[in-house]
Amino acid sequence: MNFKLKIWRQPNAKSPGKLVNYEVRDLSPHTSFLEMLDILNEDLLRRAEEPIAFDSDCREGICGTCSLTINGEAHGPDHPGAVCELYMRKFRDRATIMVEPFRVGSFPIVKDLVIDRSALDRIVQAGGFISARAGSAPEANSILVPKHDADLAMEAAACIGCGACAAACPNGSAMLFTAAKVSHLAVLPQGHPERDNRVLKMVRVMDAEGFGNCTNTYECEAVCPAEIRASFIAKLNREYARASMQRGAGE
Amino acid sequence: MFPQTEMLDLVIVDGYAKGIITRSLRSGKIDAHAAEAVVLATGGYGNVFYLSTNARGCNVTATYRAYKRGALFADPAFTQIHPTCIPVSGEHQSKLTLMSESLRNDGRVWVPKRQGDRDKVPGEIPEADRDYYLERKYPSYGNLAPRDISSRAAKEVCDEGRGVGPGGRGVYLDFADAIKRLGEHTIRERYGNLFEVYEKITGEDAYKVPMRIYPAVHYTMGGLWVDYDLMSNVPGLFVIGEANFSDHGANRLGASALMQGLADGYFILPNTLPNYLAAQMGKRPSPDSPEFRGAEADVRARIEKLLKINGSRSIDSFHRELGLLLWDKCGMSRHEKGLREALQEIPELREQFWRDVRVPGSDEDFNQSLERAGRVADFLEFAELMCMDALERDESCGAHFREEHQTPEGEALRDDENHAAVFAWEFQGAGQPPRLHREPLHFETVHLTQRSYK
Repeated sequence: MNFKLKIWRQPNAKSPGKLVNYEVRDLSPHTSFLEMLDILNEDLLRRAEEPIAFDSDCREGICGTCSLTINGEAHGPDHPGAVCELYMRKFRDRATIMVEPFRVGSFPIVKDLVIDRSALDRIVQAGGFISARAGSAPEANSILVPKHDADLAMEAAACIGCGACAAACPNGSAMLFTAAKVSHLAVLPQGHPERDNRVLKMVRVMDAEGFGNCTNTYECEAVCPAEIRASFIAKLNREYARASMQRGAGE
Repeated sequence: MFPQTEMLDLVIVDGYAKGIITRSLRSGKIDAHAAEAVVLATGGYGNVFYLSTNARGCNVTATYRAYKRGALFADPAFTQIHPTCIPVSGEHQSKLTLMSESLRNDGRVWVPKRQGDRDKVPGEIPEADRDYYLERKYPSYGNLAPRDISSRAAKEVCDEGRGVGPGGRGVYLDFADAIKRLGEHTIRERYGNLFEVYEKITGEDAYKVPMRIYPAVHYTMGGLWVDYDLMSNVPGLFVIGEANFSDHGANRLGASALMQGLADGYFILPNTLPNYLAAQMGKRPSPDSPEFRGAEADVRARIEKLLKINGSRSIDSFHRELGLLLWDKCGMSRHEKGLREALQEIPELREQFWRDVRVPGSDEDFNQSLERAGRVADFLEFAELMCMDALERDESCGAHFREEHQTPEGEALRDDENHAAVFAWEFQGAGQPPRLHREPLHFETVHLTQRSYK
């Protein structure tokens, strides 16, 4: 297969960037999108040009490191799935493909297609944890969790933290991400001691990082590689309201 | 927290591990971190093979740098090749994806009996012309034979020219019988997510055509030597998880990496580390001390050297070549001749790397090429240690299969008399052969026997 590419090149956060035209030829349809970029980079190296910077790690959709906007869609056209799970057979031969980084004000560009998503780390640091005692194994049956709660927590915990939700949202909102992190701990007994503090602090940091708010467009749900449902945002709002009222009541 | 940071050296002060030198992958900034103790949780070295089921970022650098500072590296030849991965589809391949082992509960593994049938559509090959080789060779375990046996059996049938798919390196994992017996609904319930992953990667519907699988590098049992407190021979250097050599012997069993992660991190280290720290409180050196300055200077010099080469070959091309070489000569099965060849070829390749690799960009900036170059440089040294260990272990043992040592049935043949020991290697300086320490293994309750899966 052959493709024309328009790829965002930007030396660093302070310099302006632009789309640059490239071509790739004779690709197997079984080449993944990131492998296509590897091939292009090898080609650029041979021509003594600087390779295109892009992030990836596990290359099987579980780590959340890859982050490309392809033809305007976060993670490209093959939903649900991260860019690393996208294969060239999903494109028309000879198509022109536009590749950009995730575009979110709170994710400054580091270089080319690489963005700085440490804003998400800071949201998690604000409360995305539980206090666990280490040192000895607890009795497995001492804390019982109903199946429904376990399933719900698991569904929320599937979030890989890629930030596609914020990239797809017209408001640049990271509420789906924050909702997933708050919910997966809030529904489990192990997460209860910090339940109120967690949601209040995480939402405070989310706002301070400059992310927008949810206006129910559901673009986040459409691009989420982990299929996190937008209804978790409602759960986040309930958790927030509950914690605020507890605080208001002086508890 | 220091995300996007890699460790490039271990700092030892008066014989005690007291800190590390890091480089920010974002800004290129080199930093010295001083502490009372160092814990490495830096994972395994499977990516030395270039293609593995590991994430792309996995590397040997932290543990190998610790080895070069005096920590013993134990049993590096023990690498696990997992039988159920999606086969390589072409030269562009950048990583391999594991299909869960659970699939072998319901899938039947087969290849055509005749070479001539291997390009046929699987559905057109009648039952009588199929070789369900695991069921044939291991009637009591069948498709559930252990990982090393299943992997080697797949290699064998592919070496005979009966492998299927591109390049003839694949075997069928067929669910047709299970679907007939249990219904598609049940199979979908059990393995639906795996079938989806398979469809995404190969474009094939495994409910209709059999999956194709082939073994791939998955886990490394070897690692830095540690005692029961998970401390290496360097006081104050603790090593946990896949980065150490403990727990798995020569052949890790299913789910036990998770077990090790939990045991090391939750249950062992929280007890043993404080015990060590008690005597170290208040003994944190300054990151400006000569040991730190020296290690930092070494790190800077190496980076500078890499950037100065400005050769003609890409970093990945070296990594790929090293991977193929190891896969061929120190992979699923090894023999003396191949290992001796590898020990010739690896230093040649390394020499070529330091002469002709092209590392673009600078060290004061975000530079993914520099990051990869440093790792490949370490793999090129580490690979030699791996082959040395594989050559020295003149027996077959778990995942380490030496072709010269097998039973008439093709099973691993151990030499407990001479080799029932951990092989721990000590660095002796660049260009010098490492020194081998043998730690004998004593089995008090359960004694060593020859396994049988017949």
